[in-house]
Amino acid sequence: MVEYLLMKIFRALVTVTLIVSAAFVVLRLSGDPAIIILGPEAPPEAFEAFRRNWGLDQPIWVQYLKYFAAVFQGDLGVSMRDGRSALEVVSERIPLTLAITLPALFLKLCIGLPAGVTAALYRNSWVDRLIMMLSVAGFTVPSFVLGLVLAMVFAVWLGWLPSGGSDTWAHAVLPTVTMGLVGAAVIARFTRSAMLEVLGQPYIRTASAKGLLWRDVVRTHALPNAAIPTLTIIGFLVGSLVAGAVVVESVFSWPGVGRLLVNAVANRDLAVVQVILLLVGLTMVGANLAVDILYGMVDPRLRIKRLKAGS
Amino acid sequence: MRRPGLFYCNGETAMETLLSVKDLKIDFDQGKRFVRALHGVNLDVAKGEVLGVVGESGCGKSITWLAALGLLGNRARISGSVRLDGEEIAGMNETDLSRLRGGRIAMIFQDPSSSLNPVHRIGRQINEALKLHRGLTGAAADAESARLLDRVGIANATRRLREYPHEMSGGMNQRIMIAMALAGEPELLIADEPTTALDATIQAQILDLLTELRRDTGMALVLISHDLGVVADMSDRVAVMYGGRVIEEADTGSLFDNPAHPYTKGLIAALPDIDGPRRRLESIPGTVPAPDQLPPGCSFAPRCAIASKICDAAMPGFLPFGESANHFAACVKCREEAPFGEAAPGEAVKPGLVPA
Repeated sequence: MVEYLLMKIFRALVTVTLIVSAAFVVLRLSGDPAIIILGPEAPPEAFEAFRRNWGLDQPIWVQYLKYFAAVFQGDLGVSMRDGRSALEVVSERIPLTLAITLPALFLKLCIGLPAGVTAALYRNSWVDRLIMMLSVAGFTVPSFVLGLVLAMVFAVWLGWLPSGGSDTWAHAVLPTVTMGLVGAAVIARFTRSAMLEVLGQPYIRTASAKGLLWRDVVRTHALPNAAIPTLTIIGFLVGSLVAGAVVVESVFSWPGVGRLLVNAVANRDLAVVQVILLLVGLTMVGANLAVDILYGMVDPRLRIKRLKAGS
Repeated sequence: MRRPGLFYCNGETAMETLLSVKDLKIDFDQGKRFVRALHGVNLDVAKGEVLGVVGESGCGKSITWLAALGLLGNRARISGSVRLDGEEIAGMNETDLSRLRGGRIAMIFQDPSSSLNPVHRIGRQINEALKLHRGLTGAAADAESARLLDRVGIANATRRLREYPHEMSGGMNQRIMIAMALAGEPELLIADEPTTALDATIQAQILDLLTELRRDTGMALVLISHDLGVVADMSDRVAVMYGGRVIEEADTGSLFDNPAHPYTKGLIAALPDIDGPRRRLESIPGTVPAPDQLPPGCSFAPRCAIASKICDAAMPGFLPFGESANHFAACVKCREEAPFGEAAPGEAVKPGLVPA
């Protein structure tokens, strides 16, 4: 088991390294921070000085090796824009992002799971059709469209809620609901198919033939089994807590990590982008790892396989 | 002739009817229309008797019993009567019916490994049945589960209870399914192709176990199978189904010695002999028609070697055949002594096949 986990962690680190490397190369090939930060009219000496200062005059592989050497010493670089540590710039935005993504996650689960289970239990009925119609609508409409529609209705027409900013809790409602609805649609659809798959299994018939009432069959023989595939998608949602709000934060001018990322990319503030991507990579990979471990706890078939593989 | 509620087994003793299925019809909801899968099945199971039900897949042999227990779900529309000890159970409410399921009537299935829930331990799954039907919980349930596992021939019962279905072979899982079925002390066990997914040696062991348990507990057994050999060995009486109907029913000896329906003859001719000269095995030409494309008359007529115009007129009645009191067949031609294919009646069956 320990061996299995170490293997997983090693792979996770490789994944994160690849993400950061790809970002490093792409960012440096796609535009010169000197021009963007200093402006195209700045004197040539200023460009020279800027590039020398940030090490941009060196060959890209030298920059790359230097960057990794620094990262392993805990130095994640300095924001080119305001001169502070990039890590600091990013971490002060994290609470703001979590303030909308955590309630949104809660909303996704509270709507998505029951809706998916209900749709599966009443398959082909009008309840199922209604839930699936809403679900398809929920994940085909892009979140910026849904966000704008909600802003128009609740901020512009009704005037109940502010359309942007982050001053009070009321500002958090629209971004949270937007993300929650889109996520709930995805979860509902996924849960429904996981549940239908399980309900078609022979052991469900066995449970009924044993004399269990249908609600007990569902509770003890269908829900635990359907939870296994559903964990994957929940893990993915947890993994996107930090960076999943890029679009919604931009729509509602919510000053979280997502909007920082958009601005940092636009400004070629390389160190900040790298820190955010590193953070995203780590949360994603961490969530996946947690799902893997949970899988083993929920599904005895995997547990045994791992014990055998580990010994 | 046959009197309601009573029938004769081996021509001698009158036996009391346990389960009586009358004119059972099943229609499946296919969205826009209903397709009839069962066309009025009549079958009786006497207390302590073994009834073999044979037929090709799709002939309705499984759904007859699933429908009787209300296990077909809401896409099936069921009409007719199912009486257990005289009490009507067709259309019974879910709560009352669930008390019968796994209690007075238990069921085991074709694929034991996927018929057990992979995420629960064996012990928990058996305890569930013990709690439902005998009110046992905790240590008492564990002890009884262990006793049941022991009873079905699983060694180290206490340790096995803590394991999961995937840690066992198919044969072991079928033993566990049987133990679970025994938990409710059933009067009737419906075994739906219990050995189809198992290899031959395990198959024999499971059948021996079923025979032994039946002898000890006196429960009746409905053995659903497409394997005539299995049915011949185990059953007192055999019902042959085709296209959603029972087309022949007889005491096992009478059926194999003197099959009436061309379809039954065809099935028997398709069996290899254990001894006797090597011969080419017969096959029945054609395939089973889909439930929504049955011919107007006898559903077997399109594949039948002796069919004539009269067979297309209407589905033949279920009439007595031969000298045996309990032999019935739904065929208008069978009384004309026509041979089926190459094998003349009687010749196809070797003594080894028929139970003494």
